Amino acid sequence: MTNQEVKNKIKTEEYFVNMGPQHPAAHGVLRLLLTIDGEIIKNVEPDLGYIHRSIEKMCERDSYQQIVHLTDRMDYLSSHINNEAVCLTVEKALELEVSDRVKVIRTIISELTRLASHQLWWGVMGMDLGALTTYFYAFRDREMINDIFEETCGARLTMNYNVPGGLMFDIHPNFVKRTKEFIKHFKTKLPEYDRLLTGNVIFEKRTKGVGILTKEDAISYGVSGPVARGSGFASDVRKHHPYSAYDRVDFKEILFTEGDTYSRYKVRIAEMWESMSIIEQLIDNIPEGNIKETTKAVIKLPKGEFYQRVETARGELGVYINSTGTKNPYRVKFRSPGFSNLSVLNHITKGVKIADLVATMASFDFVIPDIDR
Amino acid sequence: MKNEDLQSIINGFSDNLEFSTEASEFLNVVVPKEQLHNICNQLKSNSSLKFDYAFCITGMDWGKDLGVIYHLESTELKHQIVVKVMVDDRENPVLDSVHDIWQTAEFHELEVYDFFGIKFNKHPKLRRLFLTPDWDGFPLRKDYVDEANMIVK
Amino acid sequence: MGVEKKRFLNQLEAEGLKQVVPDDFPGKVIPGGNGGNIVVTTLDSVINWGRSNSLWPLYFGTSCCAIEMMQTGAPKHDFSRFGFEVARPSARQADLIIIAGTIVNKMGPVLRRLYDQMAEPKYVIAMGACAISGGPFYYNSYSVIKGADHVIPVDVYVPGCPPRPEALLEGMIMLQQKIKTENMKHKVNPIDGFDEGKV
Repeated sequence: MTNQEVKNKIKTEEYFVNMGPQHPAAHGVLRLLLTIDGEIIKNVEPDLGYIHRSIEKMCERDSYQQIVHLTDRMDYLSSHINNEAVCLTVEKALELEVSDRVKVIRTIISELTRLASHQLWWGVMGMDLGALTTYFYAFRDREMINDIFEETCGARLTMNYNVPGGLMFDIHPNFVKRTKEFIKHFKTKLPEYDRLLTGNVIFEKRTKGVGILTKEDAISYGVSGPVARGSGFASDVRKHHPYSAYDRVDFKEILFTEGDTYSRYKVRIAEMWESMSIIEQLIDNIPEGNIKETTKAVIKLPKGEFYQRVETARGELGVYINSTGTKNPYRVKFRSPGFSNLSVLNHITKGVKIADLVATMASFDFVIPDIDR
Repeated sequence: MKNEDLQSIINGFSDNLEFSTEASEFLNVVVPKEQLHNICNQLKSNSSLKFDYAFCITGMDWGKDLGVIYHLESTELKHQIVVKVMVDDRENPVLDSVHDIWQTAEFHELEVYDFFGIKFNKHPKLRRLFLTPDWDGFPLRKDYVDEANMIVK
Repeated sequence: MGVEKKRFLNQLEAEGLKQVVPDDFPGKVIPGGNGGNIVVTTLDSVINWGRSNSLWPLYFGTSCCAIEMMQTGAPKHDFSRFGFEVARPSARQADLIIIAGTIVNKMGPVLRRLYDQMAEPKYVIAMGACAISGGPFYYNSYSVIKGADHVIPVDVYVPGCPPRPEALLEGMIMLQQKIKTENMKHKVNPIDGFDEGKV
């Protein structure tokens, strides 16, 4: 029999495979229903809600100060940036101008958070592709940032350092010194990261040309963050709608045009350099000023709708608050970056192998509580 | 583009649009539900508007009406707008899906269906996304009561 | 025939057991001696010692606590010092679930299923406020289970939101101490008599 005859005789059948909710490469409790033909993926249907904690409903019964601490638990790798988003929305509604000191400190800590998040992503991306060393490298360096946070606000991960009107308390006297030490240390380590993965033949073969997302699709699917910028879609909120102190620092918006897993990887590595540069520009001259503007103990927002966009480590986070003038919001909506990014997954992984799906998911850097809220 | 210019262009699409900039930083347009798909289509395709990026789609319960709020942006021309649509039938609310205009709406409409029970015409597969398929009720509605799971403070 | 084997056979002969080792046995027979290399202990101590120092945890991170759990396994804190080295992605290979994060109504049956898939003996650590009681999501939340012990029996509770890696290590060492006091004969399956609640 010739090959063609064999092919005609053998019948294949599509079948379903459950990936998750308990799966090490799903980065949490994401469940994907895969329709596969052999090893080729025909359809990916995400099933969410395995960590849906009804944060939006809870916000409707909480005061504005209480909402802030719930957002820590949404995208816990960008917890400070989430807090900032809510605080900025409330400040915008109250027309409250915070001092320059608060703005600068918020920006520095946001960038430290972004660095910590990207480090973790780098570690687990390597792990998803079968390289365990990255995990140990990344978590070693991440610990230094955690120590800085702990000294400043007492928590390592869910910091809750922002309050509407400013910051909870001033930075620790060691903050500047330790941040500089970290930057000095990490500048020697980041090239090490590069040497380990960026030029690695196996890594490049696993990622180049895998999971290609075009710019048109990225815009249409509402993709944001490093995933969008890997496809050439300039979506950096820090650049286009500056908040806090981003309008007074000089940084590049990293853009790659290939749109594959490898370019998303490159975007994040380049972003780490940019984050370090932003911190360096600000750390030496933190202006003096009030650490917290006085607000009423019970904050009541004026009637209306308020929207604030910030750039978390995963992309654009939007906070929509609809107020009727009482002490509780009428409706709060968090436009989470992960949710929109997930919507494109089915589109770009049709026809690839299951292992490539894992590589693509790793480059998307999902945090599932951020998607589920 | 300024809000006034946006308003004058969009006003040409249909007669019964309501505009407001009160208590919001964006220009708000309230669209009748029959014209939603048509207006959204023009918002995207009009060469001086080009709203191609739907950055937030929010389900809403105004107490009497249910509805959806679309936050739109043009990635090229950098202007933003808010489109609102309302439906007063709480038993069987139906709106048109806009997933063929902005693909991201496919997912966001699933979320709105899950939490508010608004059905979308021509949606490829309307299903419970976050909650279990046998979940009773739509939790983000204002009249939702759940005595079994919810401990109210 | 070597000297040692001869001595061993002589010893056996004295005890009337000569037939045990045939003459043409090819290998080297090491004599038992006079009891110098025998450890006398209870079987429980040996088994518990072995079990408590080689607990294999299951990766079960649902939210924020998972990051601190990973941090506990990472260089600075390194739970492999205490025998938790091998973190498994499959419940069938694990002895221990560390519930790191909130359990919601949709996840509850999955958690129970994973627990049922594990082989006896099995242990559970509830890490963080959410796994203990629902934590910040106790009030006003329609989808959160108020504590993982409504789904499966829990051995050790580690409070915190999220707990520090040191706190998790402390909890793990407490679990080891618990295992060391166990009695195999009277050990009951923790799921027996577990209050499964009303549906």
